[in-house]
Amino acid sequence: MPTNQGKRGTFARITRALTSLVTLCSGMTPLSEAMTQTDKSGVSRTRWVEFAIEGAIRLLGFSTIGFVLLIFLFLLREGLPIFYEVPLGNLFGTRWYPTFDLFGTLPLILGSILVTVTAIVIALPLGVATAVFVSEIAPHWAREVLKPMIEVLAGIPSVVLGFFGMHFVAPVIRSILGAPTGLTVFAGALILAYMALPTIISVAEDALDTVPKSYRDAGLAMGATQWQTIWKVVVPAARSGILMAVMLGMGRAIGETMAVMMVTGNAARVPLSLDSLFRPARTMTATIAAEMGEVAQGSTHYHALFGIGIILFLLTFLINLTAASAIFHKRRRGGLR
Amino acid sequence: MQDVVGRSSPTQYLRCGVDAASLPDASNGQGMCDFKPFWFPMLPEYVGLSANRCQGTACSCGICRWKTSTSIRKGVIGWVLLALVFLPAACEPERSASFNVGAAAQTIENKGSDTLVNLALAWAEVYMQAHPDVCISVTGGGTGTGIAAMINGTVSIANASRDMKKEEIAAAEANGIKPVGFVVARDAIAIVVNPSNPLQGLTLQQLSDIYTGRITNWQQVGGENRPIVLLSRESNSGTYVYFLENVIRMGKKESDLLFSPDTLLMPSSEGISTEVRQNPNAVGYDGLGYVTPDQKLLAVAKDLESPYVLPSIQTVNDGSYPIARPLYMYTAGEPTGKVRAYIDWILGGGQALVPKLGFVPLKP
Repeated sequence: MPTNQGKRGTFARITRALTSLVTLCSGMTPLSEAMTQTDKSGVSRTRWVEFAIEGAIRLLGFSTIGFVLLIFLFLLREGLPIFYEVPLGNLFGTRWYPTFDLFGTLPLILGSILVTVTAIVIALPLGVATAVFVSEIAPHWAREVLKPMIEVLAGIPSVVLGFFGMHFVAPVIRSILGAPTGLTVFAGALILAYMALPTIISVAEDALDTVPKSYRDAGLAMGATQWQTIWKVVVPAARSGILMAVMLGMGRAIGETMAVMMVTGNAARVPLSLDSLFRPARTMTATIAAEMGEVAQGSTHYHALFGIGIILFLLTFLINLTAASAIFHKRRRGGLR
Repeated sequence: MQDVVGRSSPTQYLRCGVDAASLPDASNGQGMCDFKPFWFPMLPEYVGLSANRCQGTACSCGICRWKTSTSIRKGVIGWVLLALVFLPAACEPERSASFNVGAAAQTIENKGSDTLVNLALAWAEVYMQAHPDVCISVTGGGTGTGIAAMINGTVSIANASRDMKKEEIAAAEANGIKPVGFVVARDAIAIVVNPSNPLQGLTLQQLSDIYTGRITNWQQVGGENRPIVLLSRESNSGTYVYFLENVIRMGKKESDLLFSPDTLLMPSSEGISTEVRQNPNAVGYDGLGYVTPDQKLLAVAKDLESPYVLPSIQTVNDGSYPIARPLYMYTAGEPTGKVRAYIDWILGGGQALVPKLGFVPLKP
């Protein structure tokens, strides 16, 4: 090695300087270069830079977990008192009148679930169908137009959608479906479905994209039509990705506040009757947003709102956990993805 | 970051004719912002609940203005300052108020009921034109918010659309404050329906039955065969509590009637008027001052024997309209100096403004 360096002389030194500069900039160590390095300080500097960058990335990665933990701790600190300030029978009762110490969260939890599930039931077929069309059927040019358009949909502010829902969707639901008022679970679900669609389409489309071409070829070679190939081979192969899309869409829907508050009517009734879909409901998010503004800090009501936050957090966590375990389970059993 | 904000502010106060030297150093403010989540008071604004009119002329001496100008002047650092300055934005008015209340009360901070906010703003504007040495800043946010701020000593006058609750008075006394209330105007709660609804009037008992869900069809009170859709303000609104106590419970203390769970809680007056305008099934209530001409007012009778009375300035004043209430301004202890003069003016000359905003003045 030393002889090698002596032969190279000045040229080698310049190369080495450049290499370390490039290394510094890119944050990567070209392995071969590092091995030919004989200058000890150069090697250690490369290692040090690499170490620092690795450390920074690791720190950033872990800090995300840290933030989630801190948020959860804050939620717990502000929300837990409600679970011993108010008897559980009241807390999970059916009457939410916080001004009169009735903190029944049941209508709110069921309201949130009903609105979210309805939204997903509406958005899932539409989203998957769109994804299939974009990735499997549409010609190249149409795909180039559709993809950015779908991404633009995701950028519409929820207040705008809520305003639209309040002034156009709600009257239509009332006059066409004959509901007493248009501000219903269904109106909220429609708006939420619209908001979840871009997420579902993008993620599902990515999942369909990663299905190997050989699968399609094999399907067609077996004599299946294009439709049969898509429905029996490609979509099942991308199943876990589609499930992920649905879960992400659901996460978007359950946490949405503004549009839901403007459109669902905010009546804290238990939505268990058959016609609940076409009656108003009150969601957890809308309750927090509407009441947090004027609640006295540290009061029972204040703790109750944070308690709802905890319930919401747990619910979202449960959804994600279900999704993750479903995907994990499939992978272990030798699923396609 | 507080210091950056505080030390620059005296220049702003010079505009109001206050000697900058007489202002206490903001850095020893009373820690109002300690752990209060700064966005709480702002949240209602985002969701359209309150009318925070602090940017209006009534706040010409408010701190709102220099914040941006300073930041922009400082160029690149400005962006950093901008971020720092806007974070505690919600605390600022309170901070300034905390030393205004004690020493020379040049800025009168006035906060509370959303029902009163437009009226309070109008009073402030007119009064400041006549008295350039006084600055009045008016903020909405709700009765509860205003009273809490008065108890904490961050505002001089709290606007309230109801009496102070026992707990609030107890909290004030625990803080060494004896709140004093003044009736500054009267408000009538109007019952509104869609203009296509043929119904003319309801009794209080019928209203109570409608809002508790015992009557669910307009036919039962002599209207068309349509379901009734109940609209209400959110439960944090002073109007909500007033309506519950005086209409649903009909003023009976022992009654424990509540709004029907089917009641739609609308986040704003605008929400109510939109739904009433569109929906022939709907019935709503709101302050008389907020009823737009495209909603139909219902006449209300105290009981079956009494006459049906439409709400108007006259009927509220002579006491014939049954759902009317006084509006209050509360001060921490007997007001003195500028605050006293302001309240005296409101009770006297200021009353001329009241009818212009749809409220009812104390004297006809």
